Amino acid sequence: MTSATDAPPTTWHGIFRQALKDNDVRLVTYVPDNVLRPLIDGCHADPYFTTFPCAREEEAVGIVTGAYMAGTRGIVMMQTSGFATLPNALASLPVAFQVPVLMVVSERGTMGEFNPGQAIVCRTMRPILDSMGIEHHTVTRLDEAAFMIDRTIRQAFATRWPACLIISPLLSGGRK
Amino acid sequence: MTDTTDNLHVMNRAALTKRLVAGLKNREAVIGGIGNSNWDLWGSGKERGENFYMLGSMGLTAPIAFGVAIAQPNRHVFALEGDGSLLMQLGCLSTIAAQKPKNLTIVLWDNGIYQITGGQGTPAKTAGTDLVGIARASGITSAAWAADEAEFDALVAKALATDGPHVIGVKIDSEPGRNQTDRDPIRFRESFMRAMAQSV
Repeated sequence: MTSATDAPPTTWHGIFRQALKDNDVRLVTYVPDNVLRPLIDGCHADPYFTTFPCAREEEAVGIVTGAYMAGTRGIVMMQTSGFATLPNALASLPVAFQVPVLMVVSERGTMGEFNPGQAIVCRTMRPILDSMGIEHHTVTRLDEAAFMIDRTIRQAFATRWPACLIISPLLSGGRK
Repeated sequence: MTDTTDNLHVMNRAALTKRLVAGLKNREAVIGGIGNSNWDLWGSGKERGENFYMLGSMGLTAPIAFGVAIAQPNRHVFALEGDGSLLMQLGCLSTIAAQKPKNLTIVLWDNGIYQITGGQGTPAKTAGTDLVGIARASGITSAAWAADEAEFDALVAKALATDGPHVIGVKIDSEPGRNQTDRDPIRFRESFMRAMAQSV
């Protein structure tokens, strides 16, 4: 818990972690990603969270769906190419059953990408989210991060619908 | 406990699902996998709120059950999964083995075919892949084939009495599911959540 005397977090990942706590999101599942590493490391180091890696993003969506239905809120962390493996799992599970599975995706494939595959798969991400009516917001600025992240998480649970936060290289610095 | 697939008695999924569910006394959660696993769960007692009927996300039965198990460590959770489905998501066995949920049991219905799409053989059947062996090699030490109905009962009793995760493999016949679920995901989710809100 954050006490009144604690200074608010000043990094994007610190802000993100605080927003998870403020919304009682305790289960963190992920498929590793370099950009998300400080967020993942921070969750591992914080006993508030149950944090572990999954072999595949679909698994993590299943785990977070099951946990929500049994009373624990969770999130799936992944990179852009991992998100692209998810359309069937999302459509048939959290979207069809109206379960608020939170997702955070570190955006690769744009603004200086060196890998052609990443650049192509990146273009599929927002159309997939849009086609299923999954609200998504791209966080680009540190001064907006706390508001966007907190409100997106809050709305997902209030409306029982999955949501996706995309971490832009503008915010994270991206992969060099 | 049976370690190999030699001389296993071929059993019936509908009958064993009924047998399993009828023996549950502590509001255990049961997650039914896609298609026949799910339909025979429906046939075993569709009024049971602790049953969850997964509709399209082939391969995610065990992950969903694992999520329920994480959220409610005092409730035992069963995943009823087909061999073709598990084959699609073998990595989840390592994920589960790594986290060691004490209260999770995966029941594997293995008939070697994709029954619902026309009975095509699975690559695992052709290759002679031992899926329970894969579970054990993935780090789930309590993984065994049930030789017959009596051993199935004994393995379920062991799963309920000892720390998991557990995998129980069952060689089944190719009979199609005897019932079909309603396709009503929101009702399924709501009734399951209401049941999960009741303490064990």
